[in-house]
Amino acid sequence: MSTAISPLYRKRLFINRLALTLALAAMAVGMIFLLWILTVLVIKGIGGLNLAVFTQMTPSPGSAGGLLNAIFGSFVMVLLGTLIATPIGILAGIYLAEFGRRGWVAPTTRFVNDILLSAPSIIIGLFVYTIYVAQVKHFSAWAGAMALAIIAIPVIVRTTETMLLLVPASLREAAAALGAPEWKVVSYVALRAVRAGVITGVLLAVARISGETAPLLFTSLNNQFWSSDLNAPMANLPVVIYQFAMSPFENWVQLAWAGAMLITFSVLAINIITRVVFRQRTE
Amino acid sequence: MSLTEASALAGNTHQEKYVSTEEQQRQIAARLARQRFQDAAFRKVTLSFALLVLLLLGAIIGSLIWGSYPIFEKFGFGFLTSRDWNPVTNEYGAANAIYGTVVTSLIALLIAFPVSFGIAIFLTELCPAWLKRPLGTAVELLAAIPSIIYGMWGLFVFAPLFAEYAQPFLTKNFGDIPLIGQLFQGAPMGIGMLTAGIILAIMVIPFIASVMRDVFEIVPPVLKESAYGLGATTWEVVRNIVLPYTKAGVVGGTMLGLGRALGETMAVTFVIGNTPKIAASLFEPGASIASTIANEFAEAGEGGHIAALIGVGLVLFLITFVVLALAKVMLMQLSKREGART
Amino acid sequence: MNAVLESVEALPAASPKISVKNLNFFYGGFQGLKDINLDILERRITAFIGPSGCGKSTLLRTLNRMYDLYPGQRAEGEIIMNGKNILDKSQDVNLLRAKVGMVFQKPTPFPMSIYDNIAFGVKLYENLAKAEMDERVEWALNKAAIWGEAKDKLKQSGLSLSGGQQQRLCIARAVAVKPEVVLLDEPTSALDPISTAKIEELLHELKHDYTIAIVTHNMQQAARVSDFTAYMYLGDLVEYGVTDELFIKPKKKETEDYITGRFG
Repeated sequence: MSTAISPLYRKRLFINRLALTLALAAMAVGMIFLLWILTVLVIKGIGGLNLAVFTQMTPSPGSAGGLLNAIFGSFVMVLLGTLIATPIGILAGIYLAEFGRRGWVAPTTRFVNDILLSAPSIIIGLFVYTIYVAQVKHFSAWAGAMALAIIAIPVIVRTTETMLLLVPASLREAAAALGAPEWKVVSYVALRAVRAGVITGVLLAVARISGETAPLLFTSLNNQFWSSDLNAPMANLPVVIYQFAMSPFENWVQLAWAGAMLITFSVLAINIITRVVFRQRTE
Repeated sequence: MSLTEASALAGNTHQEKYVSTEEQQRQIAARLARQRFQDAAFRKVTLSFALLVLLLLGAIIGSLIWGSYPIFEKFGFGFLTSRDWNPVTNEYGAANAIYGTVVTSLIALLIAFPVSFGIAIFLTELCPAWLKRPLGTAVELLAAIPSIIYGMWGLFVFAPLFAEYAQPFLTKNFGDIPLIGQLFQGAPMGIGMLTAGIILAIMVIPFIASVMRDVFEIVPPVLKESAYGLGATTWEVVRNIVLPYTKAGVVGGTMLGLGRALGETMAVTFVIGNTPKIAASLFEPGASIASTIANEFAEAGEGGHIAALIGVGLVLFLITFVVLALAKVMLMQLSKREGART
Repeated sequence: MNAVLESVEALPAASPKISVKNLNFFYGGFQGLKDINLDILERRITAFIGPSGCGKSTLLRTLNRMYDLYPGQRAEGEIIMNGKNILDKSQDVNLLRAKVGMVFQKPTPFPMSIYDNIAFGVKLYENLAKAEMDERVEWALNKAAIWGEAKDKLKQSGLSLSGGQQQRLCIARAVAVKPEVVLLDEPTSALDPISTAKIEELLHELKHDYTIAIVTHNMQQAARVSDFTAYMYLGDLVEYGVTDELFIKPKKKETEDYITGRFG
């Protein structure tokens, strides 16, 4: 065997090194953008972050104020949306995992669910507008919560089904072997075994809908003042940010950055925490 | 069954402290009946919620058709091809918006595909084990950032830099090439179709990269080892073994990214310029369907403006539906090969 | 040899608890069991041995109709227990499983406390006051020879026990509902030798009260533990008899080949 490196081999090595360097570069590019965006958020947002943000309402242009009504509104609508979506999502997910072996319902639902998962959120907003807001002739927090719920449902369905499918057959059989009826095997044993994963799914859905702007644009609209009336337009962080950021008023833009920072870091925190907690449970 | 048989089955062994009675037998029978009812009810309830998901899709399509009907009635298919979008005179043509949506998404895909591919290769072949999870999480965090943040960052940070450095560079070096040069003409305003496409690319990279990484990891190690065993380099293994094996998944993942890009609203709205027009240069502003809806809905008046907006919304939904359905089919094909459930 | 005969005669005469008659089993188009006929005697330990794929686990799983969970699997024939054919459609499956318990190869503690693991099965069919339930839990854990190790951790998760302990917990769980029959599907194959020995000792105790059927791929275990042994091969019941007789002087050549390790 020749110990000299043939030109062909040298070329192959070169191509290999090139390809792998490009892969590394791609990873670096991704990370650079992530860090860049986060850094910008902090730099621009921290200046506007003060106590007033959490204690005062959104101001009119040129005057001082905060984001309290927006934070409250977002909180309320995300909570409502999650409360509506979670039972629906979990029950549908249970159906897909437990009874989905025969018939047409399960495969079709799974297919449709995955499409809804990636569907444009603005269309969801349009949908709720058409069937609800246009009918009752006013914008409301309920409409906003409904739109958010529709976006959350597919996420929860998917994670619930995935989790339940991970339950080993022997665990289910052990419960069935004691004579437990099917619904108890699912609710008391299978679901409990993957409790952490299902909760993770719900939390990820929460993170997703917390940042959504488009569906709220024509459902809950926005509200300059404090409102806890669920039947009226309600302020919320994303729409406020949208409105303020595109405006020419400096205090508004500043508040927009502060709000952007708040949303982003909450969402990222939820994501990181669920990944850490969830991974620990499965190990 | 007789009483003795029943009580035997019901638990009357020599160890029982209590004596079997008719009451015992009744209780057991009642319990069994209750269980059967509960199981049936459980099935029906979960089934109905699964059907609800299906209903949702139908309702969305139905409501969009219903809401936009007036516009299609008025303009017919001309709605899709006309470039006149004029709320004042109630002339509506969706061509500009459709063009904007498609072009920005294609730009995004052109940029995102190779980058995502590189990231996926890095994570599966190059990355040291201890870094895999943190970096994988970091990529997924990119996906978690709300799109409005991308919009703001794009408008306030990226666009000025793009206008100052990148656009002049592109115009100077590529502007004179016939055909392609047309793409890079015009004033460097920072915002426009190209910027929107770039921002979209950054947004869909994590989605495509995640899917690619997942499908790359499914490749059986023995397959790769056989190739390495013959003296192949890492790149050769990826190119000749991994890629063909995961072809369907790669295409599926890319189309998933495309589906996302098509429907993205906030990021695009901030940087596309919101001017419904079709121009040769990518530096020009434009409008996408989503950005049009987002911008104009609030002030939409009577006379069919809303119906027109719902109309373009329907078009968008149908386009994304087709793309996402194809993506799903592709991904399912790969899973079927693995024998896994999608 | 005389010692063996004496020990056989010393066993009180037992009646069949479960009679399997002309049992055929199908996984879709594939036949897993071919015309099985045997009696499992009351309060004895019956072992099923044979190479992988011979049908021993399949047979075990027909005895509590576990296969019902999977569409495409079906059984034909009769399995008579307490005068009734349990394969019949009118047999309530949940009730059957409350009377015929099962322990699996891999320990499967439920994601609950040790106490709740035991109580889960009991609560399905009996309404016990707290004091009675406490008593039952202690009794079951004692029966499974794990009360000493578990009594201070009743509220802790079942998953906090070691592998051997978890398996004894599963045995306790199966026993707590006072079944008539206990089925064990390779219960010690995932355990270390010491835990295995403990469980084999347990089985000797349990057989005074329960009819036991055990599937094992470990012939020595079958020889140590069981009163009767059935050797199966490719879905057929090749030989069935008193354990000592089958191992010392098997009637069929196939049995002898398997036992002496000439194949399988």
